[in-house]
Amino acid sequence: MMFDRRLVQYFDWGLLGLVILLSGFGLTTLYSAVTAGGASPHHMLYTKQFMWYGVGLVAMIFSFLFSYKTIEKWADVIYVGCNGLLLAVLIFGKLAGGSQRWLLLGPISVQPSEIAKVAVIIILARYYSKYANDRGMSLKGLVTPMAYTLVPFLLIVNQPDLGTAMVIMLIAATMTIFVKIERRTLIGIIVTGMVSVPLVWFFLKGYQQQRIMTFLNPDRDPLGAGYHIIQSKIAIGSGMIGGKGFLKGTQNALSFLPEQHTDFIFSVLAEEWGFIGTTVLLLLFLFLILWGLNIAHGCRDNFGTILSVGVTALIAWQALINISMVMGLMPVVGVPLPFVSYGGSSIVTMMVCIGILLNVSMRRFLFEKG
Amino acid sequence: MKNYLKTVNSDWFNQRITGVIMCIAAVFSVLFIRVFYLQVMEGETYRRLSENNSIRLQSVDAPRGLIFDANRSLLVDNRPSFDLGIILKDAKPLDETVAKLAGYLDIPAEEITAKIKSVKGVPSYKPVFVRRDIGRNAMAAVEVHKYDLPGVTINIRPVRHYINSLHASHLIGYLGEINSDELASKDYAGCRGGDYIGRFGVEKSYENVLRGERGGRQVEVNVRGQVVRVLKTVNAQPGKNLLLTIDEGLQKTAESLLSEKAGAVVAVDPDNGYILAMASNPTFDQNAFVSGLSHDEWNALLSNPDHPMTNKVLQGEYPPASTYKIVTAIAGLEEGVVDENTIFNCPGYYALGNRVFRCWKRGGHGKVDMYRAISESCDVYFYQVGVGVGVDKLAKYAQAFGLGERTKVRLDNESKGLIPTAEWKRKRMGEPWQKGETLTIAIGQGFNLVTPVQMATLVAAIGNGGTLYRPLIVQAIETADGGLVQPGTPYIAGRLNISEKTLALVRKGLWGVVNGKKGTARGSRLKGVEMSGKTGTAQVVGRKEGEELTKAAKEEVAHQFKDHAWFVAYAPSKDPKIAVAVIVEHGEHGSSAAAPIAKAVIQFYLDNKKSEYQAEKSVSYVKIPNNNHQITNNIQ
Repeated sequence: MMFDRRLVQYFDWGLLGLVILLSGFGLTTLYSAVTAGGASPHHMLYTKQFMWYGVGLVAMIFSFLFSYKTIEKWADVIYVGCNGLLLAVLIFGKLAGGSQRWLLLGPISVQPSEIAKVAVIIILARYYSKYANDRGMSLKGLVTPMAYTLVPFLLIVNQPDLGTAMVIMLIAATMTIFVKIERRTLIGIIVTGMVSVPLVWFFLKGYQQQRIMTFLNPDRDPLGAGYHIIQSKIAIGSGMIGGKGFLKGTQNALSFLPEQHTDFIFSVLAEEWGFIGTTVLLLLFLFLILWGLNIAHGCRDNFGTILSVGVTALIAWQALINISMVMGLMPVVGVPLPFVSYGGSSIVTMMVCIGILLNVSMRRFLFEKG
Repeated sequence: MKNYLKTVNSDWFNQRITGVIMCIAAVFSVLFIRVFYLQVMEGETYRRLSENNSIRLQSVDAPRGLIFDANRSLLVDNRPSFDLGIILKDAKPLDETVAKLAGYLDIPAEEITAKIKSVKGVPSYKPVFVRRDIGRNAMAAVEVHKYDLPGVTINIRPVRHYINSLHASHLIGYLGEINSDELASKDYAGCRGGDYIGRFGVEKSYENVLRGERGGRQVEVNVRGQVVRVLKTVNAQPGKNLLLTIDEGLQKTAESLLSEKAGAVVAVDPDNGYILAMASNPTFDQNAFVSGLSHDEWNALLSNPDHPMTNKVLQGEYPPASTYKIVTAIAGLEEGVVDENTIFNCPGYYALGNRVFRCWKRGGHGKVDMYRAISESCDVYFYQVGVGVGVDKLAKYAQAFGLGERTKVRLDNESKGLIPTAEWKRKRMGEPWQKGETLTIAIGQGFNLVTPVQMATLVAAIGNGGTLYRPLIVQAIETADGGLVQPGTPYIAGRLNISEKTLALVRKGLWGVVNGKKGTARGSRLKGVEMSGKTGTAQVVGRKEGEELTKAAKEEVAHQFKDHAWFVAYAPSKDPKIAVAVIVEHGEHGSSAAAPIAKAVIQFYLDNKKSEYQAEKSVSYVKIPNNNHQITNNIQ
């Protein structure tokens, strides 16, 4: 089956082209972010990002080589192994910036929380493909998927990496709502949520409440997050319609932007390419997301459909959260912009997602005969 | 294929996907609108703001908490340090600005240029500090010519000022610049490179209390880098103030009595464990640490043979000598080895097997009972008590008094001391305990080691009737505006489980040391009030008999081999208000070198306390009706 000629015939060149365009735009912006200003110590990060794309490419090919049916079979192993890695991070992990997120494997450090995103998608897709029905999930049916989500969620919250934990929660919620929840269960969950939030708030300590307030409203911290958002808004806004030009961004060059090569890279892009550039980037993401949903639509198998939706949701949520954050629409959370932000784990995860989508897409004929 | 759309038909999934697409469309619309708003509608405004990089952050340092003595006399405060900086982006043309600055300040321009070049990685909109603590006059010179010096800034940073430098240096301590390891650790969250943190004494152990929280301002600046508007301010939170337990006057008295000597004095309040004075000599100048010590100055402090950087009250370990007889006496009485009527004959020596152990009084004390044994410090009496009690039981009593363990006073590097047992010796030296060693232990020589603060705690417990208080150095923590954060509540570390009779007999002996006809410290009687105490003379090293030394060498080493002088005391004898431990290194005799210091410290304290006490009492007689008397007394 692996060498079926139709696999080549059905290969989704369009998706690959979209990803190449996005990556190209991303690498160009990263080049600007790491070299402009001359004082930046990040020059070699650009070369490293190329290397990560190479690793990502291998991971992508590996992800579509075997049928996604194989992925379904291995779902448990992937899920348990991933949680093992998360546990290992908490015990042996490398401390950096006050949190423990990386696991040193020889010369490279990996971030198991990135793998966890994909592992949760796979295990939930398998569960829902077996138990979903047109009436929607009952409360009883939701116990297992909740447990599947909460284990890695809590392990990641403890690192602490609230951004990634939140993304996992959102993906799980998206997939669950996609397969439908029973009306009364949905109402029950919403009501419980509304009641428990004030209760939890009441039990939090003063400083914890402060932290959450600042998180929700960065203006409360004018020397930290609030200042970053102002500088980011100045960078984006000052790009105006046509942008300041490649390598001409002043906010970026003078290091006014925090983390300009990772979380705030969208601001660099917006400053240099203006409204035209941001529109192109937003459209590229929009097309990529719609493409993913189209693959889900074209798939004739429950697991493949739900898996595609999950993977697309991951890309969508990361892009949405990151862009909303740097534009001051959302709290400041450390979520990278897919295909653009610097970071090996993020790039490899995104490429694996694309590999999974290609996988589902190129095997759709297998079910058409049925 | 088997479960292919078993329960869910594909049309139904299509409907769900349509729902998702609607959501995506909605969210992307919001993003497009936002981008349009920021870049097209408000673009001009943001472009203008970006042109000068006009929104900047300025940091505002938090003043460190002040330190007061028990009577609210200020010991440590902060003074402004004027730090001269240049913001390279604004200082244009740079060479001209540097030349002018050099002229106004009388610093060679090369020095400024070299400094600017040496600093790397500072963003061009942040100041490079050319010189710190330039003084008021230089600051004024720069401020006057402010408009001539674009990009030149004066940053005001609070630095520590030790009002009585050289006093209580070991207790209060000093600050040092934070290092990279500390910056990375969670304990120093909120600190930045260049910050100063506590490195010694209270400054270190109360670092988290004294350190404030940095504030800052978000400002808009013009092309010249001058602030046009303050957009937002986060006020710096000053650190909390400490009210120490020490009495400044008593501290100075103790220190002056130690001058020219190496040693330590510690005074505690027997009723709560408050440390009233903590002096260790030689000492060091804390203000010298404010601007940073040179390498040579630091080395000189470290290599001084009298260890000025050691707080001898906590870190100094000495054999307790005869002061240890308090422990031996209690152990003997409690274990029933002796009682108040037991009489031993002291011929000046005690023979055990074929060894002879001498009494310090060569001619002997004759027939002695417990009272005379303590007050005249008869070694032969205590040899026999020691043999009867045995090394391990003796150790048990010593440990019950807190010896051999840290008192847990909240200062770093406290020493434990050492209380030997048979087990300890076997482990440590691989040899069994010798009976003769029990004899030397019983009179406080040999392996025993104690710190002055342990001895002060012990003698305070004897004075107050058996309660061991943990020594406290801070009476209260207060906010900058005077609100009480935390009172220094006395902490009872233990109670001596001994009979009234034993305690009374030992206290009588200690009274006799000072007030008895043949007491060893009779020369240090106080005027008008009775003091109880115990002398001690600690052998520094066993000089080998018959060892030949040249005369010059003898003189040279003579001082180093002189005995340490101990005196521990409390007063007034009946209801003590102060307990003191004094050690004078190489002071030879407790009675002549240490007891007079203790006497003077106690005299000073009680004289001042007495007037205070009487003043309060007279006030209460005048203003408060008789039925409130009881309450007034309780407060006192």
